[in-house]
Amino acid sequence: MTRPAAPPRADAPRRDIAASGGVVTLTFSGSWRMDQTLPDIEAVRQALAASPAPQKLVLAGAGVTGWDSLFLTQCRAIIALARERGVPVDAGSLPPGVESLLALAAKVPERQGAARTVQRAPFLERVADMGYGAAQGVRNLLDFTGDVTLAAWALVTGRAVFQRSQLTTLIYQASIDALGIVSLISFLVGLILAFVGAIQLSQFGAQIYVSTIVGIAMVRVMGAIMTGIIMAGRTGAAYAAELGTMQVNEEIDALRTFGFSPTQFLVMPRMIALVLMMPLLCIYADLMGIMGGFVVGVFMLKINPIQYLTHTWQSVPLANFWIGLVHSTVFGVLVAMAGCYRGMRCGRSALGVGQATTAAVVTSILAIVIATAILTVCCNIIGV
Amino acid sequence: MKPVSDTAAQASAAATDDPAIRVEGLTMAYGDFVIMRELNFVVQKGDIFIIMGGSGCGKSTLLRVLVGLKEPAAGKVYYREGSLWDADPATRAAISRRTGILYQSGALFSSMTLAENIALPLSQYTALTRKQIREVCSLKLALVGLAGFEDFYPSEISGGMCKRAGLARAMALDPDILFFDEPSAGLDPVSAHLLDELILELRESLKATFVVVTHELASIFAIGNNSVYLDVETRTMTASGDPKELLAHSQDPQLRRFLTRGQEQ
Repeated sequence: MTRPAAPPRADAPRRDIAASGGVVTLTFSGSWRMDQTLPDIEAVRQALAASPAPQKLVLAGAGVTGWDSLFLTQCRAIIALARERGVPVDAGSLPPGVESLLALAAKVPERQGAARTVQRAPFLERVADMGYGAAQGVRNLLDFTGDVTLAAWALVTGRAVFQRSQLTTLIYQASIDALGIVSLISFLVGLILAFVGAIQLSQFGAQIYVSTIVGIAMVRVMGAIMTGIIMAGRTGAAYAAELGTMQVNEEIDALRTFGFSPTQFLVMPRMIALVLMMPLLCIYADLMGIMGGFVVGVFMLKINPIQYLTHTWQSVPLANFWIGLVHSTVFGVLVAMAGCYRGMRCGRSALGVGQATTAAVVTSILAIVIATAILTVCCNIIGV
Repeated sequence: MKPVSDTAAQASAAATDDPAIRVEGLTMAYGDFVIMRELNFVVQKGDIFIIMGGSGCGKSTLLRVLVGLKEPAAGKVYYREGSLWDADPATRAAISRRTGILYQSGALFSSMTLAENIALPLSQYTALTRKQIREVCSLKLALVGLAGFEDFYPSEISGGMCKRAGLARAMALDPDILFFDEPSAGLDPVSAHLLDELILELRESLKATFVVVTHELASIFAIGNNSVYLDVETRTMTASGDPKELLAHSQDPQLRRFLTRGQEQ
């Protein structure tokens, strides 16, 4: 701020303490700015603590050539000391700006109880809090699942309200836009599977079974899991961030007040997009994975290309293909639910959006792995 | 200052003093779409300078150009150190150290407490100790009437409080020039009035310069001692000077309509 021009460095801040007849006078002079080292206020504390107790503290600042907030903090600290000891303060001869700012800072009293001390709760309380939080989380999740189910029913009966044009965009984003990364990752996974299998199988001259390993692994579960994880990181996170930002901007409140159900309007189209596109992406990923295995089989193991493909076709039961599709449909539901759930429950700040996005990805991947385990056990029981 | 429409002459006449900001021939555009052209004005030291105009006329864009966030299509913005948009990074940093900005909604960092928000520029640009920074933070918060709220997160306080905390952060480095983007937007009349009082009091004691973007008439007349009016139809400034003088003497029908809330047609 435009104060007296900055003096040379030699003009160091000085504070002289004089006590006479019960009056303590602090005479400030020199430049009191942030680039200077200020004297400690311990000396002032001692002067005020002298007995007999001083009747008055005078702050004189006629010799101050420059000041900024740092000077104000020292004055405030000194005034607080004096107030603690019940000594009246005369700040009338400080520079006029300083005096009025000090008055301004003291105008609104410190809010009682506003300052916080972080206290660690006792162990049992923390455990109980955690349990309560977990219970609350389960309740929220059930709430959301119920909402989604109702919205899905509304959709089936043709009463769900959402924008068709938005659905098209979402479908595009969840399919065409994802093809590049799905191709690359599935191709490489197929390639890796083939490599790992080839080393073992070629010891027995059973190279041709590489096609079986790659085929069954990709079609039955790997294709679905890889697309699931890719979509969790790419689309689930995007849903959480998008809905979370809408929550921060009060857009979701606006939808509610217009009488739209956010679950129908925002969650349903995302759900439809993922549930429809995940199986398609999964089939595509299966093919790309088989292509990866094909490259290893033909170029490294010197298997006849036609033979490789025929063997894949013959040795992979069609049931595996349907199992893969079921997996990917379930993953589509899970990823869309996790992303939308975390987005809808997002805190109203940038921090909240970040946490929602992280939670969405973590939840999706966790759900994918757990669902895979459950589905595998189910398949075992059914015997497919 | 007399309200004149030939502002270029006025700008060059005032340029002989030592103004806080001098704007010459400024044209702002988004792509090919020109928002405002040929802006010429001078902000004197100690002014409370109002940038006024109807919604969507480019007030906030002008503010972004003045503080170095958006590059102008043509023209210059001069500070004491020189032209802002031609300056090297060191000069730019020196200019931005002297300026403080209060954004429309406070723009506090949501992952930090109020004290940490204010401490951020202090720890970056000064050699103060932790304790001193803490003291400066509580001083700044006390100045805006938020004493004791050091450890609150922005999401835990009201919108008006966020705005005041934003002001405390803008003042962290004791800037010469403070920019305000719609300070009274979203505040109740009493809080808006208190904020005006605070601005006047800060001007008095800090001798700082204020540049305020607003269309709040009460604020314009209460605090402004100089202004520019950006006209949305002609896409340029059509008047400048003390808002009270403009109200008394200006003949420009658009400006009169603005300053009288559309009562004079």
